[in-house]
Amino acid sequence: MYSIRLWAARYARLLELTYRAVEPVIIKLQPLWKSVGYARAEKPVASLEQACKGLLFDCQMCGQCILSSTGMSCSMNCPKNLRNGPCGGVMQNGNCEVEPDKRCVWVEAWEGSQRMKDSDAIQVVQLPVDHRLQGTSSWLRVARQAAERRESLK
Amino acid sequence: MTSRLTIPDNTQAPPAERHGNVGHLERVLRSGQFAVTAELAPPDSADPRDVHARAQLFAGHVDAMNATDGSGANCHMSSVAMCALLAREGHETVMQISCRDRNRIAIQGDVLGASALGIRNLLCLTGDGVQVGDHPEAKPVFDLDSLSLLEIVAGLRDKHAFASGRSLTSAPQVFLGAAANPFAPPFAFRPHRLAKKIAAGAQFIQTQYCFDLPRFQDFMHRARDLGLVEKCFILPGVGPLASARTAEWMRRHVPGVHIPDEVIERLKGAKNQKAEGRDICIEMIQQLREIEGVSGVHIMAHRQEASVPEIIQRAGILGERMP
Repeated sequence: MYSIRLWAARYARLLELTYRAVEPVIIKLQPLWKSVGYARAEKPVASLEQACKGLLFDCQMCGQCILSSTGMSCSMNCPKNLRNGPCGGVMQNGNCEVEPDKRCVWVEAWEGSQRMKDSDAIQVVQLPVDHRLQGTSSWLRVARQAAERRESLK
Repeated sequence: MTSRLTIPDNTQAPPAERHGNVGHLERVLRSGQFAVTAELAPPDSADPRDVHARAQLFAGHVDAMNATDGSGANCHMSSVAMCALLAREGHETVMQISCRDRNRIAIQGDVLGASALGIRNLLCLTGDGVQVGDHPEAKPVFDLDSLSLLEIVAGLRDKHAFASGRSLTSAPQVFLGAAANPFAPPFAFRPHRLAKKIAAGAQFIQTQYCFDLPRFQDFMHRARDLGLVEKCFILPGVGPLASARTAEWMRRHVPGVHIPDEVIERLKGAKNQKAEGRDICIEMIQQLREIEGVSGVHIMAHRQEASVPEIIQRAGILGERMP
């Protein structure tokens, strides 16, 4: 799994393009989510999301995905759960101070972000994690928020 | 869950008059004088006399003393209590807050309490992982990271509100600091990370030990290009190495400390390694002072606290000034 995680950051550009293609589809499926009901759709969608993102990124299902801002390196795999950049303890070889045999999640994130089109997204200041969202689907939330935004514009 | 923050032009100055009572460190930095801070380790003791004895070494020599918050994930007296005891005696302190041990509820409570106790300067840190300390079996918290901590404390001060949005009846009046480590990878990200910290509210920066001048010059060069040195005060960290062996031990065991081989070779070749370590530190301070955008130095003299007054004096950085 760890090697797939490293692969994902190396192919951040490809995954970014894939996500950009998939996101509108999830948003377009809005009528489906609405007719099934978000509460009922939550469980199967979250399971699917966990399966895909768990395999690719060791996703921890924080429910507020920022992979596109972190070069496709999941920051919840940082032992300090840092969401805004590396701590000061990164070793000279780029490995983690807490797990010395692993690359720093943020060294991967920086390199991954530099391969992406939206390489500036890593500059965005991320808010503290909302721990109530743990285990829920980010995809569904994105779809719902996009739908709500569209509705409010009408 | 993001907020795209841009750095306001005058981040350096939330205007001084907005603070009812500007602290000494902030006044020195704003007046453009070269500031000196030093790290003060809290005792493993419940006796206030132990706190005062330690502070006595620095009194009259530094602009502020940093009380560390369980540094290296080791248990000591709390930084808030240490600073409160010192503030009562009229000392200027920088209270370090680490995200390792407390969640956002505990931390915000401590910030309000600290301000009420007369503590003016806060340094927001992520903190070391528990595995390096004396309680590796402890549960690490890391509910916040240093950046979201900065943003929350800035919100307490400027928006008069908790992170939840609930308002305060009286806001804490604090000068906000953060740490930077220009000496750890990913090097290209470090200046941008500094920019993020400034966007989140950092007004001054203390760095990890600087033993690699070219690396620091490069970092400052990039920080100047990003327009960061006008927006916050930067105090690089320095410290005397006791011997080549200590240096090698630190390099291996203290996360984020980078000591180049030349420094260790120079110590090895010296007759009196301790004196050489002080000389290296003094030279480093003098070289750092010449770098554009450096506003002061932060001295970390672990187990050599008594040498701090001599280092400051011989570096000649205070001039006629008596902090």
